[in-house]
Amino acid sequence: MARARAPRLASQALLALAALVVVFPVLYAAQISTLTFQEVFVFPPPLLPGRAFLDNLREAWEKVGLGRLLLNSAGIAAAVATGKIVLSLMAAFAFTYFRDFPGKRVCFVLILVTHMLPLPVRIVPTFQLMHDFGWVDSYQALTVPFFASATGTLLFRQFFLTVPPALSEAARVDGAGPIRFLLRILLPLSANNLAALFLVEFLYMWNEYLWPLIITTSDEMRVVQIGIKMLVATDAQAEWNVIMAGVVVAMLPPLLVLLALQRSFVRSIALGTEK
Amino acid sequence: MEGRFPDRVLPYLLLLPSIAIIVVFLIVPAVEALRLSLFEVAPFSGRARFVGLDNFRELLTSEVYRASLGVSLVFALGIVTLGLTASLAIAVLASQPLPGAGLCRTALLWPYALSPAVAGTIWALMFDPATGPATVAIRAVTGLSPNWMMDGGYALGVVVVAGAWKMLGFNIVFFLAGLQAVPRELKEAAQVDGAGTGRVFWRITFPILSPVTFFLLVMNSLYAFFEVFGLIDVMTQGGPGGATDILVYRLYEDAFIAARWGIASAQSILLFVMVGVLTLVQFRFAGRLVFYG
Repeated sequence: MARARAPRLASQALLALAALVVVFPVLYAAQISTLTFQEVFVFPPPLLPGRAFLDNLREAWEKVGLGRLLLNSAGIAAAVATGKIVLSLMAAFAFTYFRDFPGKRVCFVLILVTHMLPLPVRIVPTFQLMHDFGWVDSYQALTVPFFASATGTLLFRQFFLTVPPALSEAARVDGAGPIRFLLRILLPLSANNLAALFLVEFLYMWNEYLWPLIITTSDEMRVVQIGIKMLVATDAQAEWNVIMAGVVVAMLPPLLVLLALQRSFVRSIALGTEK
Repeated sequence: MEGRFPDRVLPYLLLLPSIAIIVVFLIVPAVEALRLSLFEVAPFSGRARFVGLDNFRELLTSEVYRASLGVSLVFALGIVTLGLTASLAIAVLASQPLPGAGLCRTALLWPYALSPAVAGTIWALMFDPATGPATVAIRAVTGLSPNWMMDGGYALGVVVVAGAWKMLGFNIVFFLAGLQAVPRELKEAAQVDGAGTGRVFWRITFPILSPVTFFLLVMNSLYAFFEVFGLIDVMTQGGPGGATDILVYRLYEDAFIAARWGIASAQSILLFVMVGVLTLVQFRFAGRLVFYG
């Protein structure tokens, strides 16, 4: 088996190298965030973390009011992810567990059409609509327009179709209503999909940039992504150590959510592409 | 009809919230964008002058807009080529039952969690003209010290690297899922018949992966056209000299800096045509996924 061992070792080394190259920018950013302004310009850069992280973070925090921005981002991302899950669960349930009803096809097509209408293709009228609603610079504007989810509806519908019909039949015979069936039986079965969808939508909203940029005007309503831009744009000479302290804090919550829900996410994708 | 509930009103009530949101915040604004694209609009004044297709005519003959379209296409091509090639290669490596492969898979997923704005900031640091590791490496290899804040072509390359890197995690997850679906016996049978690793990959693995590759091709194109605004805004703001002025950035500038809502809406409609084409391509592919999977 000596013949097989050499290429195996080679692939292992290659894989480790690839992973390192992919992760390096993140590690480097984290390292820079611990250095003082002077240390950033030392070449070669110090390999061990410095001691300035808290100072850098404090400076970034005060410069753009990071605390408020983080709270805003977290609240908005959680609200949108939850809203999308609730609405798409309801819609998928309506599509799969009832006798055909007039308008079903139209509704299905309408939900699919959302895929074809990303923000840029309707940005001016949506902005105008917010203005007419008096929603400019409000939490409503940052959440409500995002509540519908074609991805979620399709994901849940696809999953419901794989659930044996005998389950709902038994529930019906036992006299359980549809809502009871949805909450008591279907919802626990959907745990993986719920987690996967929450992950995807939380990340999507946490990372959203264009809409918050145009729809928020006051410092209190800004989100953390815009805060990053404000940090980058403050000086002519980039204070990378301070900027990266902000970046580290901005990428921590999504990384934690990713690590927590990764298993469900990968499993849910595997379900989608496998037989 | 087995297992279906007989309620007649309930399904409508369940669908109402989704449909209401879609109609109010997506369909109506999209139709309004189509209407506005035919007008010259004075924002918030209610005044608008019908100009027919003039906005479209102006766009399609404008050198700035045509340049922006070119930049977008090159950008998308770069993201798709670089992103898919790198992630497929890495996924093939990571799919092997190697010690530490699990850890690597987790690490490789990281960039997916980062926002385009964060990815842009990190890569601006990597390519910092004075101290960035990427700059240092390029200087060591080529002896040149290009500055992407001055050199347009180089700037486009840098944003492509940053943009493709951010999608790596997403692509790798899908490629890994696809690779799991390749029957082991098929590969082993081919190997027994004397096919080398390369041949097994191109003749067996790659064709079976094709639906996943195709799906990712569409997703990465959509990403390159619509989701990199934050990355561009943080790194280059469309510069230098319009070298990274992708269509969505141009749209933002016309709509919210120049406040030309008519011409901006016409750009929205042109973007819609592009999404439409990509989405239709994707729906046709969805049928093939069922066939393979």
